[in-house]
Parts: sequence; structure tokens; C-alpha cells
Amino acid sequence: MALTGVLRAGFVQFRVLEMDEAINHYVDHIGLDLVEKADDGRVYLSGYDEFDRHSIVLREADAPGVDFMAFKVAGDADLDAFEKRITDFGLEVDQVAADEQPGVGRRIGFVLPSGHRIELYAEMARSDNGPITENPDVWRDDPRGMRALGFDHCLFYGPNVAEVCRFFTEALDFSLTEMVETPDGPIAVWLTSSTKTHEVAFVDHPDPGKFHHVSFVLESWNDVGHAADIVSRYDISRDVGPTRHGITRGQTIYFFDPSGNRNEVFCGGYTYFPDHPTRVWTPDQLGKGIFYYEKELNDRFLGVVT
Amino acid sequence: MSECFTVTVEESGAQFSCLDGERVLIAMEHQGLKHIPIGCRGGGCGTCRVRVTGGRYRTRKMSRAQVSEIDEQTGYALACRLIPESDLTLRLAGDGPGV
Repeated sequence: MALTGVLRAGFVQFRVLEMDEAINHYVDHIGLDLVEKADDGRVYLSGYDEFDRHSIVLREADAPGVDFMAFKVAGDADLDAFEKRITDFGLEVDQVAADEQPGVGRRIGFVLPSGHRIELYAEMARSDNGPITENPDVWRDDPRGMRALGFDHCLFYGPNVAEVCRFFTEALDFSLTEMVETPDGPIAVWLTSSTKTHEVAFVDHPDPGKFHHVSFVLESWNDVGHAADIVSRYDISRDVGPTRHGITRGQTIYFFDPSGNRNEVFCGGYTYFPDHPTRVWTPDQLGKGIFYYEKELNDRFLGVVT
Repeated sequence: MSECFTVTVEESGAQFSCLDGERVLIAMEHQGLKHIPIGCRGGGCGTCRVRVTGGRYRTRKMSRAQVSEIDEQTGYALACRLIPESDLTLRLAGDGPGV
């Protein structure tokens, strides 16, 4: 296996104000499948093109925002190896028992210098409704709503972006695919463990632990347009787009869930390999980097987080 | 026909109408106005935080990180979750929770 260690963004658990509204949004409009409403109130969702049991975990609470994001590693031994490397880097590692979430093996967790909790896990049960593997049709059931294939990445806001970048590259073997660099250092970083443009991204912000968006991948630019139709038809709170990012080259639309957590659905972006250089943006070109067509920054996109 | 209330923003003196059952921020935005800053429109981010200084209203669930219980008792609300039950006057209070 050429891809080792951390494989990919696996799942994210975040908070919503009202669960029924959230289920309507993520299942009926974004098109995720409802996997389970657990006894503790958490709701588990998956994309129709995902093999693992769940990728989105919703928890009803009195304030929206992110609880934690988890990355899947190749094998159980990787958890021990990464625990040592993370501890050596200087972060405290804690243990989460298997089945704390249904179908998920043991996890290790730690808090980044940006204030975000990250977890690693090696085992998750397969989805009952995942992609077909024998003579595979393109899907089992007609995709719903925006026809999201699955969870793709998160973007977080918080302090100490340079230190977070050093952690992901030195302790978890991520690559820095793209960055916004000032004379004082990076203010935004896009990090990958795979050939995707990013599995996670961080933007400098004074408040720790902030959630900028969770992103779902679509098949095509036509699907981004279809998503925009759904945003208008169902009065979903639109943020920006449809448009394209200079950074990652993704084609995208942003909107908010009913609790104010920002969502992205997107397609495209280049393929990254570990021998590729980091793409660098300077602050004077940041408008084009973020919104390639508008070429201007948007206060709401830059400042509004949960 | 449903009742229509007048919302007044104290700082600017700006006024706009809000139908019975309609949320203040959404009514404002539909009239092309920008007197209250617009964020997530979902009670989460706190961008449209205001303090109601006059009138009766109800609210839908708002982020406790933006409007504490004491805030709520003293008239603070997020305009995207604020539904008038009479004419309202309000002040911008987008400086985050506290009190």
C-alpha cells in the first residue's frame, strides 16, 4: 500500500440547535443518508458513496460549532505510533474507548494549538448502504437533494496556524498543498494526507476552536448549480457562490445549516502528490485566491464562524 | 391578512416592516436593507446580535455562546431568531455576549 499512516478525513462531530431541522437539512437537502439516531441523542449520517458506516455526527446542544474531527489511519498499530509522535511533539494524548460511537474502534484524541480537538481511529464498520462492489452500478438508490457523495474536509479558524501546520506535517506526515504567506508567516494553510487538495485547512483567527465550514463533495459543476437551485428553492441561508476558488481550484457554493454552521458543497480541484511543491498566495492577491471570479474578499465569509 | 409591525433601529432611525411571524433580520434583508449586519441567519454566529429596547417579541433557540441567559432576560437577541409581537425598537449589540 503506497498510502500509509493517516488516510483521510473520516468523520466530524458538530453541534446543532434543533435536531429535526438539522436532519431535514442534511438528509433531505444535502442528500446524506440517516444511519442511526442513537439513544444518547446523537445522529449519524453518511454519504451514499462512502464505504464506512458514518461520516457526520450531529449533537443537539445550546450552541453550534465543532466538537472534533477524526482522521482514519491505515491500521491499529498506527494509533500507537502516532500517539508517541504526537506526545513527542508536545501535545497531550487521551484515549476514547471502542464503541463510544457505534461501529467505531478505539480512538486517540488531542487538542491542537488552534484549540480544535482532533482524533485518530483505525476501524469503522462498513456502511449498509455504501457503494456496490460487484458489477457496481453508480449508486443503489437515486441520490437526493444536492446529491452529496460524502464528507470531504473541514476548515477551522483559530490561533497558531504556523504551529498547527508544523504539527500536521511533522507529527502526522501531512503535506502542505497551499498556503497564504505574510512576512510574519502563514495565515492560512491547506493540508493533505492523500491526493486531495486538502483533508483539513486552518485560517488564522484570534478565537480558538472555531468552525468555518464542513464540506461535501459533488460530482460536477452541474451539481454545484443544482445545489444552488436547492438553496434558493428551500430558502437555505446562502453565503457565497456558486463560484470558484483560486486556492485548490474547487468549484463551490457556501451556505449555512439551520443552526448557523457553514456548509460547502464543491467539486474539482487539482490532484496532489507528495513530490509536488506548495502553492503560495500573497496577501495582496488573497481576493482572487479565495473567490477567483469576484476577486474580492467578503466580510461574512472571512468573519462569520460558529 | 396578517398583522404588520414596524421595527426601528435606534442608531440610524431606520424603519422597516415585519409581518407577524416573520424574523426581523429576514424581513430587513428582503427589503434590501442592511441596517443590521447579516451573518449565518441561523442563530449561531452572533453577527446580528441586538438589544430590544421597546416592544414585545419572542425568539427561537439562539446560540448560548452569543446570547447568555442573563443577556436573554435583559433584551438581547439575535435578529435572525427574533419575531416581533408588536412594533419594536432595538439597538445593535454585535459586540458579543457578556453583561
